[in-house]
Amino acid sequence: MKRFLILATVIIFLVCLASSGVFCQSGEVTTLTFWTFQESHKRFLEDAVETWNKDNPDRQLKLEGTVYPYEDMHNNLLIALQSGIGAPDLADIEISMYANYLKGTKPALVSLNDIIEPLEDKLIMGRFESYAKDGIYYGIDYHVGATVMYYNTEILDKAGVNVEDIKTIADYEEAGKKVVEETGIPFTVVEVTEHWTLYQEIIKAGSDIFGSDGEVILDSKTNIDILQTLSDWVNVDKIAVSCPGGYTHSEEFWAFMNNGGAASVQMPFWYLNRFTDYMPDLKGKILVAPAPAWTEGGTRSAGMGGTGTSITNQCKHQELAKEFLAAAKLSEEGTIKTYTVLGFDPLRWDVWDAPEMSEPNVFTDYFVNGIDLFDVLLEVKDEINPTVITDIYPAAINLLKSEASYRTIAQQTATPEEVLKQIADELRAMQ
Amino acid sequence: MINKTHNTINSLTVIPYIFVLPFIITFLLFFLYPIISAIIMSFQDIAGFRDVTFVGFKNYRNLLNPHYYNALRVSFTYTFLTIAILIPLPLVLAVLLNNKNLPGRNIFRSALFMPALTSVIVGGMFFRFAFGTQPTALFNHIIGWFGLEPAVWLQGKWTGMLAMVVLCVWRWTGVNIVYFLAGLQGIPNELYESADIDGANGLQKFFHITVPSLKPVIIFVTTISVFGGFSMFAESFAYWTSRSPGDIGLTLVAYIYQTGFNYNNFGFASAIGITLLAIIMTVNLIQLKIFGFFKEG
Repeated sequence: MKRFLILATVIIFLVCLASSGVFCQSGEVTTLTFWTFQESHKRFLEDAVETWNKDNPDRQLKLEGTVYPYEDMHNNLLIALQSGIGAPDLADIEISMYANYLKGTKPALVSLNDIIEPLEDKLIMGRFESYAKDGIYYGIDYHVGATVMYYNTEILDKAGVNVEDIKTIADYEEAGKKVVEETGIPFTVVEVTEHWTLYQEIIKAGSDIFGSDGEVILDSKTNIDILQTLSDWVNVDKIAVSCPGGYTHSEEFWAFMNNGGAASVQMPFWYLNRFTDYMPDLKGKILVAPAPAWTEGGTRSAGMGGTGTSITNQCKHQELAKEFLAAAKLSEEGTIKTYTVLGFDPLRWDVWDAPEMSEPNVFTDYFVNGIDLFDVLLEVKDEINPTVITDIYPAAINLLKSEASYRTIAQQTATPEEVLKQIADELRAMQ
Repeated sequence: MINKTHNTINSLTVIPYIFVLPFIITFLLFFLYPIISAIIMSFQDIAGFRDVTFVGFKNYRNLLNPHYYNALRVSFTYTFLTIAILIPLPLVLAVLLNNKNLPGRNIFRSALFMPALTSVIVGGMFFRFAFGTQPTALFNHIIGWFGLEPAVWLQGKWTGMLAMVVLCVWRWTGVNIVYFLAGLQGIPNELYESADIDGANGLQKFFHITVPSLKPVIIFVTTISVFGGFSMFAESFAYWTSRSPGDIGLTLVAYIYQTGFNYNNFGFASAIGITLLAIIMTVNLIQLKIFGFFKEG
């Protein structure tokens, strides 16, 4: 009996040692789990693991990536983090959902300051603030998301409009009138069930939903005027139409645009791949240019959208995961791949003029100025306004999507002032 | 000793409990525990793991907002409309399908039941495109035959409601037909024969024999339709995901989902859930009372 007890104790001791990793020797493969809602993001990190394994033969990695539908992934992750069990090592969290994961005093994500801070002078830091709380960075985006204008040159040529002449919103409106007069084709579209059109203009004009201290400024005069202008484009000047399908990611809009339905659309740089994937007939017709500013010499871009990759506090190899994330998304090679693999504008502006950026690929082939796409970004590099994100950001975006443009532009049941004031008051009540 | 234990288990006082034990365990674990948890959570502000504060009735006070009123309106309207269609329509169809002289009735029976086997998301995708804004989309094409302009179906309050009701009717008509068909098998043929002798016509037989005889089935279908109507989420999600323009598809469950998962405010979401539970129970009790379900004999 005594011998049996000793034997059992030894076995239990060995099992404990093995599970605690004492027996793990260098050179053993470490598995990192990763949840995302974008197949292309999974491909990107798998590619990064291959590069890592070549560079680090003694610290081999294996990535177990799972792609869930957008809502499912965010729900599962929220539940896993709240219950303290079942979360992956790495997870993609979309920007409009990110604040949910930073709620409370103890976010269940790992600080990434030690890999971000050393590169501060090379990174577009505004993009990191969206995933930060109290000075701690929790997520790394895939791109800058700089807003640009996509022009259909075939339609502009017919109307005799030159993109070079469009510098301000007033020029843009002028060009719009000319295009509609000459061709009968709408100059642009305004989203009515999503927020991109309005939000981009608000940020570009130097305004925001929240002020720098987190106070709600959505009902400011600037924002009311902007919404009024967009409404006038559709309902008074008739240079724009409500976006078919309601938003620029609907299948109906892609079909409409692909058939030459509108002469321009303003969206972030990451919208490049929507053109190549869903609007094949516009190949060789779309010119990417800086968007018009609200005032002469005003800022012309906004950092829009995004997905932060984070490490959860349930990750057992946090230091290794951090090093890998830095290599995948912050190193020169990694950020260049965010363009060559994903078609995004890299977070490091010091690679924008790298030779790889003008090598032929699907984007250089598709766009009129494909070879010089990054010249557009370099031109607006210092004009990419950041956004302020607070705890109630998800609710703010939700209300912008379901209320603002819909009620003023599509339904015309409320004035811009009424609707923005109502949303702002509701947000204030949540604070 | 063993014999004694064996006898105790086998006794009439113990064995029924053993048989119902799986149900009791399932009920306690998956129904009672979550309900009690939800009641407790509805009084809390939940920010994260072990980051919970009791906030009294704050979540319930916050219910007094336009989104909640809107969700109530949408849920009540949807439930009313679906019941108004999903009781008479399947009843009439069931009577027709029960007629042995109907040619191809087995094909009709299967065809009408088929949508119930389809995922609501898959069906919803089809209907989302069918209700598209382009003139070539299915429903715009159909109204085009009558000289009507293309409609923006999924952006209007009533057209959006119509889209949800159409999807629901498409999906559940077959299931309700099955319930009514089962009920129809139980009506003795003698009743119809006596009615024939008395010279009753088809309509009279339907209203004076079929409908009264199917009363228990009608009560059952109404009860589950009230549950189904108020707990509807998938139809709305299939059209607009979790946010619809002007909240036209925001039902009570969609509102729970939105506050819980999109805003990470599980305390408030639980409070909505508790009010939903109360509403469904009240509506069903009223409905059962009106139908005379509680009358003895």
